[in-house]
Amino acid sequence: MVDILKAFLLGGCICVIGQLLVDLTKLTPARIMVIFVVAGVVLGLFGLYQPLVEWGGAGASVPLTGFGNVLAKGVIKEIEESGLLGVFTGGIKAAAAGITAAVTFGYIIAIASKPKIKS
Amino acid sequence: MAKKIGQQTIVLDKQPIILSGAGIVGKKEGDGPLARFFDNIIDDEYAGEKTFEAAESRILRDAYIKALEKSGKSASDISIILSGDLLNQCTAASYAFRDVDTPYLGLFGACSTMSESLAIASMLIDGGSVEYAVCAASSHFCSAERQFRFPLEYGTQRTPTSQWTVTGAGAIILGKDGQGPKITCVTPGKIMDEGIMDSNNMGAAMAPAACDTIMNHLQDTGRTIDDIDMILTGDLGKFGSEMLKDLMLRNNIDLKNKHKDCGTMIYDLETQDVDCGGSGCGCSAVVFSTYILDMFMQGTIKRLLFIATGALLSPTRIQQGETIPGIAHAVLIEA
Amino acid sequence: MRINNKLSKHEYQKLIDEKAPGSHILKNIFAAFITGGAICSVGQIVMLIFEQFGADKETIASSTSIIMIFLGAFLTGINIYDNIAKFGGAGASVPITGFSNSIVSPAMEFKKEGYVMGVGAKMFLIAGPVLVYGIFASVVAGFAYFIWKQVM
Repeated sequence: MVDILKAFLLGGCICVIGQLLVDLTKLTPARIMVIFVVAGVVLGLFGLYQPLVEWGGAGASVPLTGFGNVLAKGVIKEIEESGLLGVFTGGIKAAAAGITAAVTFGYIIAIASKPKIKS
Repeated sequence: MAKKIGQQTIVLDKQPIILSGAGIVGKKEGDGPLARFFDNIIDDEYAGEKTFEAAESRILRDAYIKALEKSGKSASDISIILSGDLLNQCTAASYAFRDVDTPYLGLFGACSTMSESLAIASMLIDGGSVEYAVCAASSHFCSAERQFRFPLEYGTQRTPTSQWTVTGAGAIILGKDGQGPKITCVTPGKIMDEGIMDSNNMGAAMAPAACDTIMNHLQDTGRTIDDIDMILTGDLGKFGSEMLKDLMLRNNIDLKNKHKDCGTMIYDLETQDVDCGGSGCGCSAVVFSTYILDMFMQGTIKRLLFIATGALLSPTRIQQGETIPGIAHAVLIEA
Repeated sequence: MRINNKLSKHEYQKLIDEKAPGSHILKNIFAAFITGGAICSVGQIVMLIFEQFGADKETIASSTSIIMIFLGAFLTGINIYDNIAKFGGAGASVPITGFSNSIVSPAMEFKKEGYVMGVGAKMFLIAGPVLVYGIFASVVAGFAYFIWKQVM
């Protein structure tokens, strides 16, 4: 239960940062998503994001910053294992599950459904 | 022959008559306060078609057929169709009228299309080259969203100054003779760009154009606000209307309670969750073709200045960092 | 003649900024917190379930991503995710379910333009930049890390 509460709190807080960017700046949603992923990569590189993941679990890994962190961690790991080549293979390797899932489900669901007018 | 007075107003000699009008809308508009004036309310956003673009063409064509029916004229009496919409290449209008055996002029004036088409048709009729004309315009929430904003199912929050694109089409039959209110004066507008960059605040982008056209019309005709029963703008919305009022006051003209805006009339702003109100070519087209014509029929208004307002917005130019030009064309209609 | 010249462009924009109705920031923040928190809690529950099966950390992380992406895609397909986002704002767009929504929604929308140039080409219309900048940033980060390792 405590884990779920921690995830709720941390995830909520990260999303609030996003909401502040939406309401207080003129940034478009796509730009905000980009900022979050890049921020995740940067924090991940310096090992600053991992403590959040340890504490808040899904509260840190589910937001897009978590995706950035996975990319950074993956790159570092691959560099340790295979050197310079890891710069190019590490990121996508670590994020493979997410990207492939998005393409697969995206395709299947797009075929099976139809957009409706907003209410 | 028509004659030009002042800077940009044309006084018509053979005043063309509005024989009939028809408006067809979508479900949300049909839930609004003007529901009983519309000729048809379509519950299905696809209007029985496969795509939103086809649905928009469908309602535009249906509005044309309905208006023709009401006017008692047949398709062969019509010399020309003037129509347009918001989509690239005026898609809705060109596909709506491709099977209609009448000359067609496609117009793009963004949301000002309805008064632009009335203005041009009046001058053609006044010039004697056209006897009967169709003026029509349409918009569709779904086709506009996908062209100008995001996919329908994409999750975003609308900003408080944004407006809701009306799903609807309006058509007017204009003729050299018959019964109905007359178009007596035309004031085509100039493009005004006051540097607004926010495509979610089109009311503010269009208000200066509306102000300019109203000011020029009054100055050219030598009339004052008191000579006109109603000044009807197209889709300034709630915020754009406030800005228009403000700009007019700075020019020492008080609009008093004469100003109405189709965008704030078509929805219930309190309950229908449309932020600043309606927008789109269809907004002024349906309100004018149904509710306003009914007011003329009832005799509640005698002289109306109809100014559909358009934000000549190009998503490409906005991404390139450009601002939004606005335009507003006025036609004076008298009972 | 330009009648409407009582205000310069700059003054007009200042006036607009002053008068334009603002967002309900407090309400939006609250909604984003609740929505984002709830989505992450679902993620945590999914993680805990995988933990029960004794999966290792990496498997849990990847599997959770897959499940969350599926949920986002599914809710988009049944026309619900846009309503969640209308309430939750960034609370719905920042979690990975929102990333999934941004992939499925254009794919659905542009199906009418065909399976190749519609679904295929438009799928990453919104999410594309996230991958481009995410991957590029990871390469830059990796390169920096590689250099730093050589020097140290």
